[in-house]
Amino acid sequence: MTQTLQLKINGSDLRLDLDDPRATLLDVLRERLGLTGTKKGCDRGQCGACTVLIDGRRVNACLALALSHDGAQITTIEGLARGEDLHPVQAAFIADDGFQCGFCTPGQIMSAVALIAEAEAGLDPERIREGMSGNLCRCAAYAGITEAVLDATRALALEEERAA
Amino acid sequence: MADVINTQGHVRLGSNAGQGLTRRDGVLKVTGAATYAADNRPEGLLHAVTATATIARGRVTHLDVAAAEAHPGVVKLYTPDNVPPLAVSPDEKIHPFVWRMEALQSDRVRYAGQPIALVLAETLEAATEAARLLAPRYEAETPHVTLDDAEPFETTTTAFGRPADHSSGDIGKARATAARHVVAEVETVAQYHNAMEPHAIVARWTGDRLEIDTPNQAIGLARQTFAAFLGIEPAQILIRSPFLGGGFGSKAILYGGQLLAVLAARDTGRPVKLVLRRDQMYGPVGHRAPTRQRLRLDLDEDGRIAALQHDTLTMTSSFDHFLEGASNASHSLYATAALQTTHRGLRADIGTPGPMRAPGEAPGSAALEVAMDLAAQAAGLDPLAFRLRNHAETDPSNGMAFSSKALRECYAQAADLFGWADRPAEPRRMRQGQLLKGWGMGSAQFPCPMFTAAAHATLRADGSAVVETSAADMGQGAWTALAQIAADGLGLDIDRVEFRSGHSDLPDAGVAGGSGHTATAGTALFNAGADVVRRLVDLATGDPASPLFGAGNSGVTARGGRLHRNDDGRSEAYEDILARAGLDMLRGEGTGAREGQPTRAMFSHGAVFAEVLVDPDLGQIRVSRLVGAFAAGRIINPRLARSQLLGGMVWGIGFALQEEALHDARTGRFTNNDLAGYHIPVNADAPMIEALTVHEDDPFVNALGIKGVGEIGVTGTVGAIGNAVWHATGLRSQRFPIHPESLILSGESL
Repeated sequence: MTQTLQLKINGSDLRLDLDDPRATLLDVLRERLGLTGTKKGCDRGQCGACTVLIDGRRVNACLALALSHDGAQITTIEGLARGEDLHPVQAAFIADDGFQCGFCTPGQIMSAVALIAEAEAGLDPERIREGMSGNLCRCAAYAGITEAVLDATRALALEEERAA
Repeated sequence: MADVINTQGHVRLGSNAGQGLTRRDGVLKVTGAATYAADNRPEGLLHAVTATATIARGRVTHLDVAAAEAHPGVVKLYTPDNVPPLAVSPDEKIHPFVWRMEALQSDRVRYAGQPIALVLAETLEAATEAARLLAPRYEAETPHVTLDDAEPFETTTTAFGRPADHSSGDIGKARATAARHVVAEVETVAQYHNAMEPHAIVARWTGDRLEIDTPNQAIGLARQTFAAFLGIEPAQILIRSPFLGGGFGSKAILYGGQLLAVLAARDTGRPVKLVLRRDQMYGPVGHRAPTRQRLRLDLDEDGRIAALQHDTLTMTSSFDHFLEGASNASHSLYATAALQTTHRGLRADIGTPGPMRAPGEAPGSAALEVAMDLAAQAAGLDPLAFRLRNHAETDPSNGMAFSSKALRECYAQAADLFGWADRPAEPRRMRQGQLLKGWGMGSAQFPCPMFTAAAHATLRADGSAVVETSAADMGQGAWTALAQIAADGLGLDIDRVEFRSGHSDLPDAGVAGGSGHTATAGTALFNAGADVVRRLVDLATGDPASPLFGAGNSGVTARGGRLHRNDDGRSEAYEDILARAGLDMLRGEGTGAREGQPTRAMFSHGAVFAEVLVDPDLGQIRVSRLVGAFAAGRIINPRLARSQLLGGMVWGIGFALQEEALHDARTGRFTNNDLAGYHIPVNADAPMIEALTVHEDDPFVNALGIKGVGEIGVTGTVGAIGNAVWHATGLRSQRFPIHPESLILSGESL
């Protein structure tokens, strides 16, 4: 039975007729919508490569049934840049070499964006490392990832200060 | 035309190599625009899912094909009864880098997790469910999957055809003169690569042309191998592999699922995508085999090693041959009058092991560095002083001089940064709060092989250039570092160089493995650029209208897109030389290889110092600091090299404290084939960690002076952590990974 699903993805409203209730949000994004920036590393919620923001919270999209998120606002890696300009977290990942193969990177970046918004870790590297530990990186670019989160936290705070 | 560049003397690199440029593929990777194999969605795509064996040995007696085929959306189902034939059996080893594969050639099951059927469906959900509905039944036989019960077999070789045994010097005589000896017995366990990107393939036929998107570390070889098994010409196949989501050795070798996807695409006339599930990566795509190692070090009165013996027992599959060459790690690191190493093999009902980041060196170094610590203790010397006393001036396995070896500088710089001088000799002397603190060290070493690569460079009319080679970027940074070398070969700024890579229609760049890709493909690219420059110089110096006329080939330098006279400094832009010659492009070719038999021992070296904190109540071990210094020849891009070294060191943390694939010995099945059960280091496990590079000029290793940084970080680190655990607790684990229970259950109180 086909079900209709309404989502706001990266700012655009989208209506999707979903013919299979088993589809996860991850597989809908990747296989039906062509948003392949979000990666599948384990399909079990163990690696974090599929991290997206659902209504601002970081979620493993492989563990989210698409139909159970009808009406949600979803941000994926494709929706993060501001036009031509990279999001400060994206820019920091490049500057600090917070990745090697790049496969876990979309998930790392989405997770980092949410971590900074959660405002729990601040500029404490130990808490950043803990807060980013749901996102595995087999290349082990962890030192760069931690630096990138620190730098992006500072950059975003500065932006906020200027806007105020 | 350029050939292999002269391996004597130095090529003077320009302004690109040596700079810590950020990754050229960075924006693609942080925006999700980098396309990995599984991201391809050609029109009419079918999703493939394999059903995998849940026994480790026996045969499949029944599959509920009817139930699976009846599932809505299923298009086709393959079992050994109906799989289209290959031109060559997947059990044929058509060249040394082919592993025997499982492509549904029979109903035999030779390891748990082996593919036993392939389902194609319109959606991934339908294919997944149909594969489950197959509900296999088996005739199971008793499997053997451990070092304790697997079948011994005779072998004369280890991995890559190296001799299983080595002996140099007179070990009996050396032992007779020794004052004391130590014996270390160290066990290491099965480890799985677990690249973040699961193995994937998208195969599409257009007539007799085959397009394949699959992550692969050696595209040229993969193309030949696919062609041979399919009975077609390599030229009919295009493989694209622009980005690998990690490889670590597991994507260097083809596996049966790739052949099945290609066969299914040909049979159905539709593109087919097969992506392995994480649990399906335990079996068909290689792993690091477990080892049981024994080292005996005989020492003279002064603490010099008189004899070194290193014996390894390890395991391979029941049907192929890859033996982890762990004992080879003792060949070339420490001076000894006599050296004896052996390997013995077992056959078990497991998938065939393969090269995994620092194959042989990683487990071998772990055991050797533990043995060195024991020996230092026996000799009454500080572990660093003991290693310095046994510093090898020549390679003890063959007497060759080293091409370069700045290991002493590595020790000095890393020890200084770490603060090693303050280390108390006795264990259990340091605490941080309630936690026991310990310091340990290890030496790192990794060989510097070169393979063969070819490259093209084309200078365009506007003075920009395009360079081409089918390199593989699995995260090490080929897109960036190789472009830097290519730009220097051309005498151009890197922004003027377009680098084409990652598909098989380009000149073959060889394998990204063995830490030799930058050296090999880089040499080919540099030579291709130098070939273009040589042709340009010929044009300009022979042209009376050029300011370079008559300067002679050796009197000209290429720099910044211009040729400069060395005598009076007059110069001319590349585009002007081309324009006057009436050329719209100028093309050069280059190859990279090491010619002849090496006359020097060629290795990267390093020193790693570790600090651990151990909870005396829980036995929990945390690495709190890790400092490495590495001498790896010329560093092309310090930013990327550092990341490679740090990554290797974090692999050392995983090896020392976490990674272990567990089998149920009774069924032969895995009990932890996922990322929740098989622990790899997470961000919180990677502490304050630093990797320095020590300057090293190597005129022998290759003309660019490049060694390699991809694997050496794993070596040294494992032993350093193990030795730090001893220093914290006074307990020496005879096994990696060291788990809390191995400390708690040792019977000693923490």
